[in-house]
Amino acid sequence: MPEAALLLENITCTFASNDGGKVGYTAVKNASLAIAPGEFVSVVGPTGCGKSTLLNVGAGLLAPSSGQVKVFGKPLHGVNHRAGYMFQGEALMPWRSALSNVTAGLEFAGVPAAQAQEQGREWLKRVGLGGFENRYPHQMSGGMRKRAMLAQTLIRDPDVILMDEPFSALDVQTRQLMENEVLDLWMAKRKAVLFITHDLDEAIAMSDRVVVLSAGPATHPIGEFDIDLPRPRDVAEVRTNPRFVELHKAIWDVLREEVLKGYAQQKRA
Amino acid sequence: MRFWQVLLLVIVLVAWHFASQDRNFAFFFGQPVGVAKVIWAWFVTNADIYRHLGVTLTETVLAFVIGTVAGLAFGLWLGLSRGASALLDPYITAANSMPRVILAPIFGMWFGLGIWSKVALAVTLVFFIVFFNVYQGVREVSTTLLDNARMLGANRKQLLRHVYIPSATSWVFSSLHTSVGLAFVGAVVGEYLGSASGVGYLILQAEGTLDVNTVFAGIVVLTLFALLLDGLVTVVEDRLLSWKPRAGETEKI
Repeated sequence: MPEAALLLENITCTFASNDGGKVGYTAVKNASLAIAPGEFVSVVGPTGCGKSTLLNVGAGLLAPSSGQVKVFGKPLHGVNHRAGYMFQGEALMPWRSALSNVTAGLEFAGVPAAQAQEQGREWLKRVGLGGFENRYPHQMSGGMRKRAMLAQTLIRDPDVILMDEPFSALDVQTRQLMENEVLDLWMAKRKAVLFITHDLDEAIAMSDRVVVLSAGPATHPIGEFDIDLPRPRDVAEVRTNPRFVELHKAIWDVLREEVLKGYAQQKRA
Repeated sequence: MRFWQVLLLVIVLVAWHFASQDRNFAFFFGQPVGVAKVIWAWFVTNADIYRHLGVTLTETVLAFVIGTVAGLAFGLWLGLSRGASALLDPYITAANSMPRVILAPIFGMWFGLGIWSKVALAVTLVFFIVFFNVYQGVREVSTTLLDNARMLGANRKQLLRHVYIPSATSWVFSSLHTSVGLAFVGAVVGEYLGSASGVGYLILQAEGTLDVNTVFAGIVVLTLFALLLDGLVTVVEDRLLSWKPRAGETEKI
């Protein structure tokens, strides 16, 4: 088996409790996950189960309490520079125009301005924002900002792409358009993707593999499903495929119990 | 609206004029015509205010620049360094609560009666305003923005330059209107407490001879220049913060 693009080994994350007590909150416990180069993996789980924690560990933004992260076989220390991260919230710098937001990563890497701008324009066109180079984020709609964020992440040509519910704030139509766009871009480049979502339909429609996480605390993977639907896919059409329905039922059987557990815990809290 | 605003001013001036026909009233409140005459003499016939105005404005600008730069630097430093801010926190609170005008005589001793004692006093006023705003601004930079910049490969220096400083700048500007006014106040109060030139000195002199008209003329001139400085800040602000959404601005998609 070739070396995983991103390997999480026995990750445990315990956060110190706010009141300074001894008992911390263990969000993730003994979680292991491997993503092969070129593989599109989705992680689904009930809300608040520590999906984002796992992603932040993979990004190197959060050091795990125990366990190890390996990127293409090398142990990760500090920020994962081979990864691009598309955040759930607003991550564009509001004082930069769309173009200069997209080129930020190149600028940080010391790419000459002219070359960065040329690439930036190209990427803006690719995500459907040609002609919007000089807009500031507040002058763009939510969908446009997500496109700009996508271009900002992908322009660096990362080998691992991490996405944290990137489209959860979008309306259904915009969302399906974006999902298809991401799939097209991914098909062209075939990078490893770790995609976090709470939407099972989205996970199945886009991925090669879906990993189900248990309800928190002490989240860990409890099921893995290979999605053997043919590609290229259209996220709207694939939902009517009988195999999609089968997979959905199989995964939902596992997920439902966790969702109920998570819900019960939140109600108690 | 402009018309009504001007009308209000005219009504007040006319009322003042007629009320000041009374000698007693005029003694305490001056006369608008007299005030205008003093201003005219200052700027045109005698042309002797320019030196004083120049001194006051120099002090203001120096204090404003020094205070802002120091506040920005210090605010960034403390905002980014948890240890330093924990150590210095009580002293900063104490220094800020101290009525700083009281420092004027000490600054007089340290820096003499020239412009630098006034600059020092005004700097103490400006510094804290800018400092607290930057400190707050740095602390409240969105973590998503920071994480995103880090994932895009920004090192510490680039984070400072591309995330912390632009983010703090918007906070600084919200404080600049206040601080430019305070720089002016510091300069004038400093002059008032001991000097040989400046508009504050002119006012002090006039008070010594119970020349109310000149006092009012000084106040009017100071007010006009304070408005002017404020206007300049607005111009610079509009230029530098063009990325900020304005209230009520429709978003053209």
